[in-house]
Amino acid sequence: MSGDWPLWEVFVRAKGGLSHRHVGSVHAPDAELALRHARDTYTRRLEGVSLWVVPSATIVASDPDEAGELFEPAESKIYRHPTFYDIPDEVKHI
Amino acid sequence: MATVAVDPRTDYLLRLGDDALVLGQHLSEWCGHGPALEVDISLANLALDQVGQATLLLGEAGDGDKLAFHRDVLDFKNCLLVEQPNGDFAQTIARHLLYTTWQHMLLQRLTQSSDRFLVEFATKAVKEVAYHRELSAEWTVRLGDGTEESARRMAEGLDWCWRFVPELFEVDEGLQAAIDAGIAPDPRAFEEEYRAAIDAVLAEAQLAVPADQRAILGGRRGHHSEHLGHLLAVMQFLPRTYPDATW
Repeated sequence: MSGDWPLWEVFVRAKGGLSHRHVGSVHAPDAELALRHARDTYTRRLEGVSLWVVPSATIVASDPDEAGELFEPAESKIYRHPTFYDIPDEVKHI
Repeated sequence: MATVAVDPRTDYLLRLGDDALVLGQHLSEWCGHGPALEVDISLANLALDQVGQATLLLGEAGDGDKLAFHRDVLDFKNCLLVEQPNGDFAQTIARHLLYTTWQHMLLQRLTQSSDRFLVEFATKAVKEVAYHRELSAEWTVRLGDGTEESARRMAEGLDWCWRFVPELFEVDEGLQAAIDAGIAPDPRAFEEEYRAAIDAVLAEAQLAVPADQRAILGGRRGHHSEHLGHLLAVMQFLPRTYPDATW
């Protein structure tokens, strides 16, 4: 039965102020039931205050074969990390 | 335990507690057998909500474990609807729609009870049951307005359960006493609202309202179908066979 249903990606906001995070996926026949299944599967233990479900088919993913050209160039550019500054202890939330 | 005359409050707690216990136990039978993994988890959640409510209600009525596991079938006060077998998924949904729509309307009014425990209980439970009612309505619409087979099964499930609806609105001597005491709402006050709510779900599901059948009553007074005995045999076997068992 669930094999006939499309897959939905589930995102949970743990609490106000935080962003939604991907937690997994569910099968469901439509969006409304996908939300219900997500609620029953991923928020049983007070994990969240808000849910998103997104049809998995609509997610555009990068090609693993292109991982080299996409990501490796950043490896040699350590100056993009702000690691050359001393941050005073009084400065919070950096 | 023999049937003894109990005060209206205890009697009312047992009625609501037994409804929740028996429905929760039936739902838990789906565990590992759901038509899809997601539905399996969903039904287990519904079962846990109902068993949790039963724990509170029977705990208030007396020794909750004793009442659940060491009472005989004739002493159970649940309505006949909740003890009806799971059947297929559609029949389970039909039973859940018909019961939790009633349960939700009752709990909404129970928050105005003169009894402090019942007010606190209802305030917590009404949110859980609102979800049960919505979920079973969603499934009723999808099955009714689904394939030819799902519509047939949904109609058959409703047909099976329909004769047990009038009992939900029956006011017998025991319930009348609880109503007079200000503890219990009078269910007849929301029968029209209930019928309209069920009609609306069935209309959206493209299903005909089942023809009225001869009403079957008596669960509140211990006259149960054979199904309850089978359910209790499974549920009560362990604590009755090993009364000192702990885990």
